Amino acid sequence: MGQIQLKQISKSFGDVEVIPPLDLHIEDGEFVVFVGPSGCGKSTLLRLIAGLEDVTSGSIKIDGNDATATPPAKRGLAMVFQSYALYPHMSVRKNIAFPLKMAKMDQGEIDKRVTDAAGVLNLTDYIDRRPSQLSGGQRQRVAIGRAIVREPAAFLFDEPLSNLDAALRVGMRLEISELHKRLDTTMIYVTHDQVEAMTMADKIVVLQSGVIEQVGSPLELYQAPRNKFVAGFIGSPKMNFIEDAEAQKHGAHAIGIRPEHIEVGDSGPWKGVVGVAEHLGSDTFFHIHDTGLADPLTVRASGEVAFSYGDTIHLTPREDRIHRFDERGMRIA
Amino acid sequence: MATKASRSAARLMISPAVLLLLGWMLVPLCLTIYFSFLRYNLLQIGETPFAGWENYYWFVTDPSFNAAIKNTLVLVGGVLAITTIGGLFAAILLDRPMFGTGIIRIMVIAPFFVMPTVSALVWKNMFMNPVNGIFGRIATSLGFQPIDFFGQIPLASIIMIVSWTWLPFATLILLTALQSLDQEQLEAAEMDGAGWWSRFWFIMLPHLARAITVVILIQTIFLLSIFAEILVTTNGGPGTATTNLTYLIYVSSLLQFDVGMGSAGGVIAIILANIVAIFLMRMIGKNLDA
Ligand SMILES: Nc1ncnc2c1ncn2[C@@H]1O[C@H](COP(=O)(O)OP(=O)(O)OP(=O)(O)O)[C@@H](O)[C@H]1O
Ligand SMILES: [Mg+2]
Repeated sequence: MGQIQLKQISKSFGDVEVIPPLDLHIEDGEFVVFVGPSGCGKSTLLRLIAGLEDVTSGSIKIDGNDATATPPAKRGLAMVFQSYALYPHMSVRKNIAFPLKMAKMDQGEIDKRVTDAAGVLNLTDYIDRRPSQLSGGQRQRVAIGRAIVREPAAFLFDEPLSNLDAALRVGMRLEISELHKRLDTTMIYVTHDQVEAMTMADKIVVLQSGVIEQVGSPLELYQAPRNKFVAGFIGSPKMNFIEDAEAQKHGAHAIGIRPEHIEVGDSGPWKGVVGVAEHLGSDTFFHIHDTGLADPLTVRASGEVAFSYGDTIHLTPREDRIHRFDERGMRIA
Repeated sequence: MATKASRSAARLMISPAVLLLLGWMLVPLCLTIYFSFLRYNLLQIGETPFAGWENYYWFVTDPSFNAAIKNTLVLVGGVLAITTIGGLFAAILLDRPMFGTGIIRIMVIAPFFVMPTVSALVWKNMFMNPVNGIFGRIATSLGFQPIDFFGQIPLASIIMIVSWTWLPFATLILLTALQSLDQEQLEAAEMDGAGWWSRFWFIMLPHLARAITVVILIQTIFLLSIFAEILVTTNGGPGTATTNLTYLIYVSSLLQFDVGMGSAGGVIAIILANIVAIFLMRMIGKNLDA
């Protein structure tokens, strides 16, 4: 079980209110991702759930029981830190065994669980090494191992992959997703990388300055962002925002169109000059200038489309994929 | 220093310093060894004949010698125990964020800057004097018999004075080490269910092992040669109750004017210091390269 309910919780450091009162409901077995720009309060929110920080007001319920004043160890949650926070003077085995030893489990059971966890995480060959003798990915796995042996009600991850290189990040992303499928335990995962959020989450919570901007599945957020912030944050490359005359035509203060929803060709209602082209092989991202709409306007075309720097290009937006926003930046349905 | 060239360059660069240090150390050492084999008493002017092992024999068989060795070890051990444990305690207290931390830290380190003679005199006259000292006054006002510190518990009193001087040193080094401990490790341990005591034992103490080693090694070197505190308070007495090796050497060479005997004591002290150092290195040195 791992159902978590936040009711009107807020957090202030001194006079600064980092998290204004917010509500959030996390179902058992869900993979929830907190995403938002740096400094928006993701870590703080996670630490409130973990119990490492006291809430300023509001209440936290875990599996229906009030846990607002429960110390971290008693909440039955396990956390994986960004810096891994492994114990440097203990071997991998002792690191993984530490929470069990603290729970005064008997040695036979500890050995069994540690061996199992090491097997699952491919750590068996390194089990007697110190953390300093491991690579970043291996350290990450030890940290995860230390979390899973306790069989917690929920896992909390604070940007666990941000210290890894790009290739490893993709691999670990998959491993964590697979772990979630296998354990079927609630996971709360903090990241500022929207790709991680989109690929891993059942439910994404988009935060800005401590305020929840939108909660929803990755596709909901992609297809129907509630406001301009979410629209700009989710999706890569970013959505193009167009104001003034063109927006007025659609009866909105601003409109947004994703790069993948604009077609390029020799004819079309919009016209511009090709700037930088980013070739990814499968796709090419063109930065288009002098459109009179937004500068630059980003467009995604298939990899075969060949335009070079300075060419004039015509664009056709897909009308049904245009998002409309009012003066306050809220979506017009 | 990865390459061969840079390594030999480094050796060349530091050689003047090494030579200077070597000369600085070797000349007095050789002179001491040389004197220790002479019958050389300042009261007998003229001849300084070769004496063989005679000085060593008399120095070691002197009844004060055993007392001095024992006192030295008790003094060093006592001060080490008090300063390391007390320093740990103080460092943990000071590590918490609290009001006026800066001022408190300065106050904590202050005793280290007081000269040993001065601090010993202050302790002797203002605190430990049975009639005028603060401790005596407190005892009297509470109706107890005041303790005559230097008469009844002379060695313990000196241990107390020296500990007062060295506690700040230990505290400061341990505090610095404690502040370098990654907070996330403590938080991880907290999430893992470790209580305060377990966090101290399994996380903080191993992290501090290196700093504790440094504190013990450095202090041992200085504590073996405690002198001023003894000279101004007890003069090694009553009897030989507070005579340590350094003080015994002082007695031989400067009170009995026997340079040969004093030098022999000096050589013995050097050997003893090295034995202690090797012993300590062996015992805790593995923390240094971990
Ligand atoms: N202990 C603290 N005291 C005062 N302010 C704090 C404290 N911890 C965090 N803050 C402030 O709270 C805000 C949110 O911090 P938080 O660490 O939650 O951000 P984040 O979303 O995790 O950012 P990042 O993606 O960079 O990790 C920041 O503005 C930060 O300065
Ligand atoms: Mg953070």
